[in-house]
Amino acid sequence: MAKVSMTVNGQNVTRDVEPRTLLVEFLRQHLDLTGTHVGCDTSQCGACVVHLDGRSVKACTMLAVQCEGAKVMTIEGLAQNGELHPMQAAFREHHGLQCGFCTPGMIMSAIDLVQHNPSPSEDEIRHWLEGNLCRCTGYHNIVKAIKAGAASMGG
Amino acid sequence: MAENGIGASVRRKEDYRFITGGGQYVDDINRPGQAYAYFLRSPHAHAAIRGIDASQALAAPGVLAVLTGDDVKAAGWGGLICGWMVKSKDGSDMKAGPHPILCQGKARYVGDPVAMVVAETYLQAKDAAELVEVDYDVLPACVATDKADQPGQPQVHDGIANNAVYNWELGDKAAVDAAIAAAAHVTKLDFVNNRLVPNAMEPRAAIGDYDRASNGFTLHTTSQNPHVARLVISAFVGVAPEHKLRVIAPDVGGGFGSKIFIYNEECACLLASRMVRRPVKWTAERSESFVSDAHGRDHVTHAELAMDRDGRFTALRVHTKANMGAYLSTFASCVPTYLYATLLAGQYKTPAIYCEVDAVYTNTTPVDAYRGAGRPEATFLLETIVETAAKELGVDPAELRRRNFIEPSAFPYQTPVALVYDIGNYGAHLDKALELADYAGFAGRRAKSEARGKLRGVGFSCYIEACGIAPSAVVGSLGAGVGLWESAKIRFTHTGVCQVLTGTHTHGQGHETTFAQLIADKLGVPIDNVEVVHGDTDKTPVGMGTYGSRSLAVGGQAIVNAAEKIIAKGKKIAAHLLEAAEADIEFQNGSFTVKGTDRSKSLGEVVFEAYVPHHIPQGLVEPGMEETAFYDPANFTYPSGTYICEVEVDQDTGVVEIDRFVAVDDFGKVINPMIVEGQVHGGLAQGIGQALIEGCVYDEAGQLLSASYMDYCMPRADGLPDFQIATTETPCTHNTLGVKGCGEAGAIGSPPAVMNAITDAIGVRVSMPATPEKVWRALQNRQMPQAAE
Repeated sequence: MAKVSMTVNGQNVTRDVEPRTLLVEFLRQHLDLTGTHVGCDTSQCGACVVHLDGRSVKACTMLAVQCEGAKVMTIEGLAQNGELHPMQAAFREHHGLQCGFCTPGMIMSAIDLVQHNPSPSEDEIRHWLEGNLCRCTGYHNIVKAIKAGAASMGG
Repeated sequence: MAENGIGASVRRKEDYRFITGGGQYVDDINRPGQAYAYFLRSPHAHAAIRGIDASQALAAPGVLAVLTGDDVKAAGWGGLICGWMVKSKDGSDMKAGPHPILCQGKARYVGDPVAMVVAETYLQAKDAAELVEVDYDVLPACVATDKADQPGQPQVHDGIANNAVYNWELGDKAAVDAAIAAAAHVTKLDFVNNRLVPNAMEPRAAIGDYDRASNGFTLHTTSQNPHVARLVISAFVGVAPEHKLRVIAPDVGGGFGSKIFIYNEECACLLASRMVRRPVKWTAERSESFVSDAHGRDHVTHAELAMDRDGRFTALRVHTKANMGAYLSTFASCVPTYLYATLLAGQYKTPAIYCEVDAVYTNTTPVDAYRGAGRPEATFLLETIVETAAKELGVDPAELRRRNFIEPSAFPYQTPVALVYDIGNYGAHLDKALELADYAGFAGRRAKSEARGKLRGVGFSCYIEACGIAPSAVVGSLGAGVGLWESAKIRFTHTGVCQVLTGTHTHGQGHETTFAQLIADKLGVPIDNVEVVHGDTDKTPVGMGTYGSRSLAVGGQAIVNAAEKIIAKGKKIAAHLLEAAEADIEFQNGSFTVKGTDRSKSLGEVVFEAYVPHHIPQGLVEPGMEETAFYDPANFTYPSGTYICEVEVDQDTGVVEIDRFVAVDDFGKVINPMIVEGQVHGGLAQGIGQALIEGCVYDEAGQLLSASYMDYCMPRADGLPDFQIATTETPCTHNTLGVKGCGEAGAIGSPPAVMNAITDAIGVRVSMPATPEKVWRALQNRQMPQAAE
């Protein structure tokens, strides 16, 4: 077992884990943060995207021990004092989700896009989402939601 | 219109939990003391299993049990069943080979579960599975759909000759043969409808939980229809009587058909739980999903469309081979028959249609319903052959269709393939689509593309679908093992909260919102006071679940009927409280009013009186306010639409870019336009995926080569256009809501529109998926003779 400590959604956490534990397993099984999902086993689908020190990463492609000392933000940490993050609100307003399974990864990925590019075009949004699969929405409303979310984030 | 009632694009009630990480899918649930399962699957498409040695695995750290087919047999449990009996044209029953929970003596496809390892942790179970030694005697595999029933092919099931499941027919063969013989023109085409993997983003999962005290089970599973799962697992697998089996499907992360079916793994988790006396959880890895979720489509077809001198269709003759995979999945048999051949009239008044279907076994993953289920295959065939006929006749494809449309005055319309369409106006959506797509400007755009060295094409699809499945007596006469009615219970509490318990289930369609809108509209209850309850056999009335775009047209109507009963009871109470005759009470906007007066009681007051009946004389009504309705539809519903796709093809790379996609649908009345548009978007993406990039590839040994997201091409955001969506409306005539259903239309209508556009652009037909390589090769072959000139 290996001891690993990190900050998750502002809380310091320390756990003993098997060295092969993935970050997503750590979040889901050790911390019960089940909003981060696993949709594939080849790092393609992006349902597990979280922020690691402010950058989006696929939590299925990192070991928990690689995140020693890092700051991790998951979908559960976005809303502050019951107030939705503008990107969360935009997904709801623009019907950017159906079954909801890809949604946490989409939102976390979208926020990182806007951090890089405050006012992305539709083409830039579609290109950015190459690492996030959705089977329900045809991406149409996800693209609209991200555009609106970017605008309300101040882009 | 009531606030947030019918017709309002209400933002979804369910979204808050999904956007904050609060959704609860099966894999998010953990039961106290839970153990984990891993399935060892056959790496061979066809192999005799000479023996299984699990001794090393059993000795591995954390391992609690290793189950094989022998354990299932010892428990006295049966196998999985196909719930729809299709008879061959000679009257004989379809040939259903046994479908064991865990392989018994033979593996019949890559992924067939051979053994199940149960351990303290998932990784321990997975590690130990590598220590299970299976002695396989590898056999030649039968793989190709078109060759499966030919002599000399490996036999998938003992005693089922030529892998033939059934040889089924529909229609008047003699009339069709005569019409084709007498036709002025016959268009003939061969089709392959490519095999697809549904790929719901949430992988399947199950938790089996045996309770010693009650000798009963709870199954958490990823299901579109928990009651059907309970029925099959209880009555056919024989796990426990129905009242000893509770099936819970919490949030379901997409299904598209693949979560209708009853699967091996959920049954095995129940058995393992009873054996180790702990809850047993299994979650599929995506690589398992690819080989073990039922696939879709996989038809090989020859079709002939006959017409007279004026281009009026006189007959359609179709022969299809349908691949069922290695076992008959839950509803597999009805997909290429009653959900396929019955749709071959499309929007046209073709007087004679005949369809013959040979269903075959192969050593591949079972094939069953996938978004549209039979109807996309019918639409692809029909709309491709009609467009080809238009080209051959030199008639505009829109004009040829219009010439053959069933006119609005002809409804109800009896097709030659069993269905009676209740209503439609096909010209209306064709006109609207032509306008939205700026069809008149196409020639100009094509010239501009050519000037840039690109090829531009336009393609049509005028689809029909039969949904709102289905009148029980009709489907019963066709072989269905169940009735396809739906149930609803409306329960008010003392304080006026309204619970709607429905037998349908949602896997992304937004039922919690749409059904609340029905209540807001019919009963005047604010949607925030409505709670929709579904997905738990212990909570809801028995219901048939969600598939075939049935939830609103059938389940929604059951809710409305239950609401009518609430109103009827409320009128009795209100009449007493208002000292008026019951016949003089009107109900509107949540209030019971004495006609022609301002004397009224709100629904909340009446509900409170029903629960606190201090002023109700004995015998007037029973206390309480809870009503149940079961609704069996009188007919299928028939959404229809026109899709127009315009593509631009890069001649150097073969890449097809969709320049515009217009979808005009007639779904009857629309409850929530925002949700309906979303359903269309998703369907279009799946249909365009089938047309351009998706497809299963098996090698000759039966290995699925496209078994991960590295190999199976999924639609991504940058490969899809911004869709142009619109609706026309002819309300369904046989439900009071006037609704038809919208879940599958996009996937049904879009593949032929895309493929017709590509054919129009490059001048030759290619098969789906029209990958850049295929298109490029077609262009090279097309250009070679020109180069030689």
